[in-house]
Amino acid sequence: MSAPGGPVLELREVTKAFGERRVLRGIDLTVSEHEAVALIGASGSGKSTLLRCADLLEEIDDGDILLDGETITDPAVSPVAVRRRLGLVFQAYNLFPHMTALENVMLGERRAHGSSRAEAEARGRELLARFGLAGREGDRPDSLSGGQQQRVAIARAFAGRPRALLLDEVTSALDPELVGEVLAAVRDLKREGMTMLIATHEMSFAREVADRVAFLHEGRIVEQGPPAQVLEAPRQAETQRFLRRFQGITQSI
Amino acid sequence: MPSDRRLEREAAKRRRHRRGQAIAAISSLVVLGGLAALILTSPGWPEVRETFFNWEVFKDSFPDVAKAFWLDVKIFLVAELAILVVGLVVALVRISRSPATFPLRLLSVVYVDVFRGVPTILLIFLIGFGVPALRLEGLPTDPVVLGAIALILSYSAYVAEVYRAGVNSVHRGQRDAALAVGLTETQAMRHVVLPQAVRRVAPPLLNDFVALQKDVALISILGPLEAFREAQIIEAQTFNFTPLVAAALLYLAVTIPTARIVDRLGGPEGAVR
Repeated sequence: MSAPGGPVLELREVTKAFGERRVLRGIDLTVSEHEAVALIGASGSGKSTLLRCADLLEEIDDGDILLDGETITDPAVSPVAVRRRLGLVFQAYNLFPHMTALENVMLGERRAHGSSRAEAEARGRELLARFGLAGREGDRPDSLSGGQQQRVAIARAFAGRPRALLLDEVTSALDPELVGEVLAAVRDLKREGMTMLIATHEMSFAREVADRVAFLHEGRIVEQGPPAQVLEAPRQAETQRFLRRFQGITQSI
Repeated sequence: MPSDRRLEREAAKRRRHRRGQAIAAISSLVVLGGLAALILTSPGWPEVRETFFNWEVFKDSFPDVAKAFWLDVKIFLVAELAILVVGLVVALVRISRSPATFPLRLLSVVYVDVFRGVPTILLIFLIGFGVPALRLEGLPTDPVVLGAIALILSYSAYVAEVYRAGVNSVHRGQRDAALAVGLTETQAMRHVVLPQAVRRVAPPLLNDFVALQKDVALISILGPLEAFREAQIIEAQTFNFTPLVAAALLYLAVTIPTARIVDRLGGPEGAVR
């Protein structure tokens, strides 16, 4: 595991509203090179919106987002070029149903990164094998399990050699017995030093993989720090309340 | 070795199945037989049989009507291809969000409203007689070409809306995912959204083509010797309507197979998504 380096992704006083609903109310967050930051918070606290804003799928209202020091929310910057430097994995996988697993992984390589068919295919096969999907290259998403689909989605996001990966609750749509295989894939990426921002409900996973945990509450980051501090000894009342309620749920299961 | 309970259940199922088939057979016999009896015993039946179902006239007229039907098939094939392309272009223009295409977008809305709203037969009349009346150099004057153009304009308006509905039915997450892997909006449309949209609208598209196959007969008002017109001419000469029945059978010979393809696309396989 590599030690965290300089900042890769920086959010500065980012705000975003959908009509009257102010989802992000001034987010300051930095993800450094080789660092994994877990983003925790209740449903509707703005985790997904934050990730979508970072990938420029949503336009922010105010503030700045920087990637490798470049202000990517500057109107002069091409969002397409930015997205080619980031990877996003969706909660509901969003695989392309009319393509095979391999074609899903190859599409960005072929069309966005200009690789030749042979190159893209070689990389696609290699990545699918790496995430335990050797032999499933020709399968359509609807013939794969949820866990396999999400691993294809991770391979697809990783195929473009992104500077950072944004993971949006990648295990929330999965049956409990399939969560492990997807978390293993994320763990594998962490081991090789991938810079990641991980929105998650898996507290134990956040504790294990994240270098830092940020707690998002009502559109603001209320508390952040090492997992041991935020998750075991939270300072803020909101964090304590959230974790208490969360533990209650976990224990009742 | 299957258990007694299972054998009993299967036997009951077979009994139910046999009873269902018997009921279907008897009710069909009653309904169709009744209908046939009603027609065959009607006072005018001998004359109707003579003027609509005359085997001699059928034999004599069928080759000519069938030869004329070849023109319907040709018009249909060319028009269908053109409609698929024009409809798609109109739909894409209407879906586009670029400010540069604003005038085209406006035009596409007006086009769809107008050409979908005017009866096809009127459109064929207006284009078939109006365009040659302009006496402009280079414009087609052949009624077959003008009739085909009218059909293409009319049907492309419908088909554009079918495509548009298909594109709108593809989940937003698909576009997001395509953009997230670094595709441009145009690439996302071309590689991710459109292929799914077209697959989804294949049944309604084919349905429109069943309608087009019959509507080719409307071109007859401009004079070309297609099947319906040829049948009318023979009818006028023989005072017998059998050639029209022959033409009807020819239209059915192409529309029914197409309808079966629609069924198959919309069936269990197409219903999955």
